[in-house]
Amino acid sequence: MSQYAIPSGWEAVIGLEIHAQLATRSKIFSGASTAFGAEPNAQACAVDLGLPGVLPVLNEGAVRMASLFGLAIDADISRVSSFDRKNYFYPDLPKGYQTTQLARPIVVGGEVTITTGEGKKAREHTIRVTRAHLEEDAGKSLHEDFHGMSGIDLNRAGTPLIEIVSEPDMRSPEQAVAYARKIHAIVQYLGICDGNMQEGSFRVDANISVRPEGDEAFGTRTEIKNVNSFRFLQRAIEFEIERQIDLLETGGEVVQATRLYDPDRDETRLMRTKEEADDYRYFPCPDLLPVELDEATIESWRAELPELPDAKAGRYQTEYGLSAYDAGVLTSSRATAEYFEAVIAREGSDAKLAANWVMGEVAALLNRLELEIGECPVPADKLADLLERINDGTLSNKLGREVFEALAEEGGSVDAIIEARGLKQISDTGAIEAMVDEVIEANPGQVEAYRGGKDKLFGFFVGQVMKAAKGKANPKAVNEVLKRRLDGE
Amino acid sequence: MSLTNDQLQAVAHLARIAVEPESTEALRTDLNAILDQARLLDDPRLNDLEPMAHPLDQTQRLRPDEVTETDQRDTLMEGAPAQENGLFLVPKVIE
Repeated sequence: MSQYAIPSGWEAVIGLEIHAQLATRSKIFSGASTAFGAEPNAQACAVDLGLPGVLPVLNEGAVRMASLFGLAIDADISRVSSFDRKNYFYPDLPKGYQTTQLARPIVVGGEVTITTGEGKKAREHTIRVTRAHLEEDAGKSLHEDFHGMSGIDLNRAGTPLIEIVSEPDMRSPEQAVAYARKIHAIVQYLGICDGNMQEGSFRVDANISVRPEGDEAFGTRTEIKNVNSFRFLQRAIEFEIERQIDLLETGGEVVQATRLYDPDRDETRLMRTKEEADDYRYFPCPDLLPVELDEATIESWRAELPELPDAKAGRYQTEYGLSAYDAGVLTSSRATAEYFEAVIAREGSDAKLAANWVMGEVAALLNRLELEIGECPVPADKLADLLERINDGTLSNKLGREVFEALAEEGGSVDAIIEARGLKQISDTGAIEAMVDEVIEANPGQVEAYRGGKDKLFGFFVGQVMKAAKGKANPKAVNEVLKRRLDGE
Repeated sequence: MSLTNDQLQAVAHLARIAVEPESTEALRTDLNAILDQARLLDDPRLNDLEPMAHPLDQTQRLRPDEVTETDQRDTLMEGAPAQENGLFLVPKVIE
């Protein structure tokens, strides 16, 4: 978690616009494929190219997915929505306009709950969503060397997007990141967006202004475009808050502008000011009729809603006794929740133990290897095998970690690794008693001091026994035998 | 209110149309006539009417989410003035 604090006397006001590519098979207005990674322009048909005479036909899948999002955040689904044209010239927009929804978006209102901080410092905030509308993505311009020209790939042109616009309800970079993460989780739980920020399936723009604490009026805002990771979002907003406060404190003025975040230099750069802003000359799209949805259709979509992150986190707390923080972490992405649920699907599993392992060893491993949980080298069923061996006393937690490392590096089965490396923990009381007796005999001075009231020495004895057992003695059994031998007589 | 020369130039720029100085006045007259026509919609009697999204009293037909288009790149790129490696080439644009 970041330690960033906004300078005292100031308040930041943040709103986000999030573009999420919808996971439809075909494009929003044509039957061309949306699959990622095809040969350039192999998935751009006459409609996507904006050739004369073509007409768009709206994809039902896109309407359904946008509606699912609205239902998930408790928004109103417009019974009638319509499309408008946003006009501008750019070579990756061959029609000369983007078809979008300005006047009547499909999703209106709604809200999400976010949590910042943990433990006693945990705070809940409600962030209102203004609207979410359907629109089409543009193609891609490649500016590498094409003899001084730009290359245009229109495969992405016409890929359906929802643009999710929040109210300016966030007051810190931390809240903005928590909100973006929550939206990211929701679209993935719904299966309507793959959430891949590197490939641009989920893009965030941030509107930021600052004002003296206690002021009602908003300050002049700037917009930061296309931030492609949560870490960059945090840093871009921090930078922009500091930049604006510095300006205002030194008698300067914030200029309303669009800025780009440069992660290499960790700063935002001016892209264009309001004066240079395009005039998009929106007007209703004559090629598309209003979209009408009836109750039955909307209700059938509502019935499709899966268990969403907040509900799942609540269930983890009541059903498995997990803390609010742990439940929040485990449900923060659909993939993490699926991994955790696969681990505890094993009969007799211990959910708390599993939670500790998923949030501890698994998270650390993924962090080290820079992998997503879906690519975890230790699959959920292997971790379940491992935890079973901890539960039945074969492995201590410490030995379990060694098996886990082996699983991550070499794969194989848990029992085979235990066998091959001789990692079985010693739980046999007789063997442990023998080791304890040896340690007591070898350290008469410490025994006397302990019995004289130096309780802290107990740890010393545990350490000595563990050393003798090469770390393989069952810690619980060692504690019991030591207690009995040292205190009992 | 009639269109100023600056506004005319701004609209021409947005539409990427080069306006010759000698045609400015004629264009201004035409555009003002069009605006006057559109101004009929300012009639207060129309205030309570819901704007029409489309003149046809119909709703949008939805298409099932299915891929129906095959790769027609070679045909569709035939008319492109410049291309390379399957990309359309255009004069360099960097924002």
